[in-house]
Amino acid sequence: MHNPDDISYKQYGERGILVEWKAEINPATIKKIVDFKYKIQSEEEFIEDCIVGYNSLLITYKNTFSFNEKVERLIQISTATIKVTKENYLWRIPVCYADEYGFDLSELSKQLKLTKEEIIKLHTGTSYLVYFIGFLPGFLYLGGLDSQLFIDRKSTPLLKVPKGAVAIGGEQTGIYPNESAGGWHIIGNTPVSFFSIKNNSPCFAQSGDKIQFFPIDKDAYQNIKELISEGNFQIEKERIHD
Amino acid sequence: MIKVIHPGILMTIQDQGRVGFAHQGVPISGAMDLYAHNIANALVNNDEDQATIEITMGACTLEFLTDCEVSLTGGNFSPTLNESPLVMNKKLNVAEGSILKLGKRVYGTRTYLAIAGGIISEKILGSQSYYKSITDSFFLKKGDHIQIRNKKTTNKTSYAKLGEGDIYTNEPLTCYKGPEFERLTKEQQERIVTEAFTISRNNSRMGYILNESLENNLGSMLSSGVLPGTVQLTPSGKLIVLMRDCQVTGGYPRVLQLTEQSINKLAQKTTAEKVNFKIVG
Repeated sequence: MHNPDDISYKQYGERGILVEWKAEINPATIKKIVDFKYKIQSEEEFIEDCIVGYNSLLITYKNTFSFNEKVERLIQISTATIKVTKENYLWRIPVCYADEYGFDLSELSKQLKLTKEEIIKLHTGTSYLVYFIGFLPGFLYLGGLDSQLFIDRKSTPLLKVPKGAVAIGGEQTGIYPNESAGGWHIIGNTPVSFFSIKNNSPCFAQSGDKIQFFPIDKDAYQNIKELISEGNFQIEKERIHD
Repeated sequence: MIKVIHPGILMTIQDQGRVGFAHQGVPISGAMDLYAHNIANALVNNDEDQATIEITMGACTLEFLTDCEVSLTGGNFSPTLNESPLVMNKKLNVAEGSILKLGKRVYGTRTYLAIAGGIISEKILGSQSYYKSITDSFFLKKGDHIQIRNKKTTNKTSYAKLGEGDIYTNEPLTCYKGPEFERLTKEQQERIVTEAFTISRNNSRMGYILNESLENNLGSMLSSGVLPGTVQLTPSGKLIVLMRDCQVTGGYPRVLQLTEQSINKLAQKTTAEKVNFKIVG
């Protein structure tokens, strides 16, 4: 089923509808998906969850439904002029790139033929778009890595990547929200928690947000870690306007 | 309280799952066989969202440290109470000091124990379901004490009993076409709905990998949402049926989506058993 904007709707089991846009990884597509999501979440009842993908939105409903009726409703809402308050933020995330945290940085520096300082400069020199959260609780799929930092994943994954590890793999960069196995190159560590079950919304970031890393030294890392454990640390953020 | 004398292969606390956090990467989790979980609760007059104990492949021993009313549903592993056969799918009065044992498999894979009043355990993001990295405990261990909510026992004998096992018979798993089903060749589509697939040893709360291979020329795709019951075609040509603890996004083509009832049915099957898929929607 199609509507004018070339969005397609597919039934996904008894309670799901998959909405798809053109298959490409592209900030403009994510913006369309996030706008669509905000609109339907403000207008449509009985939605259980909305899972964003690179070019898709999987909507699950609380109950079984008539697919055609729901699609009609989705088209109606998404094409209507509805003012929604989007709350997307740019988050500034402190990262310590010292060797003990960024233990793959030296090896990466050889492979990429860049100095460590150049790698850090490239990594902190841009902001990354949060495409969606998946793979692990609180794992952000980030877009916008400088092509000079593209590197194949490690041939043997590390069984225990520490919580907070900041890493590069393929054409992506990311943060491990908890200790887990992983095949990316570890270049630093952030004291900031990307997944905390104590919060009603365990991950502070969402699709459409941006992440900007900034370098800190080991002392600052320890200070921030203490502030976080005391509940006295606020991540610096800035509202993003369209 | 209930004491875990022997947990068997895997014993966890489960409810209807952590609903509404998938957009933050949180798996839904919850009872693998939600039908058995729900009727276990209904038999002891609990709401369906009360937690139950999920026991995988029997072979466990529990000791009741208080009088309570319980019910046992799902997989039948020749349960005994104080060494006398126990009737499943029925409310039972259990006296303090009683020993519940699950032993030899008759049918099924997962057994549910509900206690009138429910279980007290940490509730995170609206759910008591165990999941590593979300809950502190992710399986029950020998010596653990499971706290239960005190509820006056009526000591009334209940004669009502549910029929046994009818949802677990080997009829096909009903499913919907997945979003990438139409990308399969006619021959592949035909094979998926006519062939029997064998459950491999690699089956768990996260997913069931099936043994038989299909030729796969679809490759992978841009990561997109998945749900429990999604059947993915992996690059090696094997099918994976995602189950309750699955990730929330994936990059493999989604060829089928099981109905809720079929997820429950598959949750009662294990290694080397065969399944057939039938498209109903």
